[in-house]
Amino acid sequence: MTGELLTPVFWLGILGLLFGGGLAYASKVFAVEVDPKAPLLKDALPGANCGGCGYPGCDAFAVALAAGEAPVNGCPVGGAETAEKVADILGASAEAGERMIARVICNGTFDNAKERSKYYGVMDCREANIASGGSKGCQYGCMGLGTCERVCPFDAIHVKETGVAVVDPEKCTACGKCIDACPKMVITLVPASKGVHIDCNSKDKGKDVKASCSVGCIGCQICVKNCPEKTISFANNLAKIEYEGCTECQICVQKCPTKAISGQLEKLKESKQAQ
Amino acid sequence: MVELFIILLSAILVNNFVLSRFLGICPFLGVSKQVETAVGMGAAVTFVMVLASAITYVIQYAVLEPFGLGYLQTIAFILVIASLVQFVEMVIQKSSPTLYQALGVYLPLITTNCAVLGVAILNIQEEYNFIETLFHGFGAAVGFTLAIVLFAGIRERLVVSDVPKPLEGFPIALLTASLMSMAFLGFQGLL
Repeated sequence: MTGELLTPVFWLGILGLLFGGGLAYASKVFAVEVDPKAPLLKDALPGANCGGCGYPGCDAFAVALAAGEAPVNGCPVGGAETAEKVADILGASAEAGERMIARVICNGTFDNAKERSKYYGVMDCREANIASGGSKGCQYGCMGLGTCERVCPFDAIHVKETGVAVVDPEKCTACGKCIDACPKMVITLVPASKGVHIDCNSKDKGKDVKASCSVGCIGCQICVKNCPEKTISFANNLAKIEYEGCTECQICVQKCPTKAISGQLEKLKESKQAQ
Repeated sequence: MVELFIILLSAILVNNFVLSRFLGICPFLGVSKQVETAVGMGAAVTFVMVLASAITYVIQYAVLEPFGLGYLQTIAFILVIASLVQFVEMVIQKSSPTLYQALGVYLPLITTNCAVLGVAILNIQEEYNFIETLFHGFGAAVGFTLAIVLFAGIRERLVVSDVPKPLEGFPIALLTASLMSMAFLGFQGLL
């Protein structure tokens, strides 16, 4: 009686042990190095395995994230919250490179830029751009209708009461959604660590810029000539900083006659006082 | 030699596992949207089926029969198949990441493919010897691959054809499968 009971238990146990041991051994021998970020990312995801991201399940999406193939905000279920967590995990490792953030290179606020007309259409930049190119005199600047604000999954870009969108450098993950959405292409990625930016996107000639905006780049090239690092280039009636060489000396910020270059002049004063 | 050929042919055409024995219907319907994935699935199943046939044969005649444990056949075989699939997955992941990527989620799914358990149990029922077992396992897998690839080919065309509204999608796929099954019945007189 006991024998009848124990024999199958014994043999099935032996078989189980054999296969289990074999698999345990095999998992050591055939161990594949997995990106350590992948399990972390997997925990940050909702775990619904819905496939909404286009990958077969959260696991596969986490692996793709770790490999940098999937977009940070690719999970439609988790939304901004999950995307933030994912960005945190990936951001820590991305610090080795330069952290980039989006920047609206336009300072054409209601005070600075002249209105050419009134716009009464759908409050969407793309619509407005098709209809009339926007209400502002400058055809290259921010229209301030907030399309970027609505596509941002991180709540990191907002149209201020001044009429121009501004990026929150803390929240921005450089996902590029606003850059794609902006019909004026006035948003670009800049290194988060740099503080000097040419805030103008106008490719108009100096005279036209002057007529439509008080803080536009008029193409005088004073910044180009004065830059000690020769890191400002000039093309299409617009000056452009090559961020790699920029030492944030603030000279261009001081020299620009239209104050189209934003920087930290207080830094300059500090260093002068120190000298 | 003729014997082995008959076993092979019978497993592939006459007693096709999917279309005559109705085993492994799940992957047959689930992984047959594209010919490419169907071929991948077929390859993985072939690999597992042949290995599972061999190992279950050894287990049956070295462990279960001598100790009068024939009634543990099902659970013991499932144990073998599950471990085997795990093992195969590890080996493929290590040796060929590309193949691992291509097979993807279908690889672990083979664990629950009843065609694999079916071939193992049929091997014992038909009282094949070891060589015959291998041939039967291989034939069954080739039959499975043949059926799923043919079906995927038809489904790829179905996507772009003008199907009556109520039959769109899965219903027409099931109809196709049944017609294929009937077509394969024609092989009954072959042997």
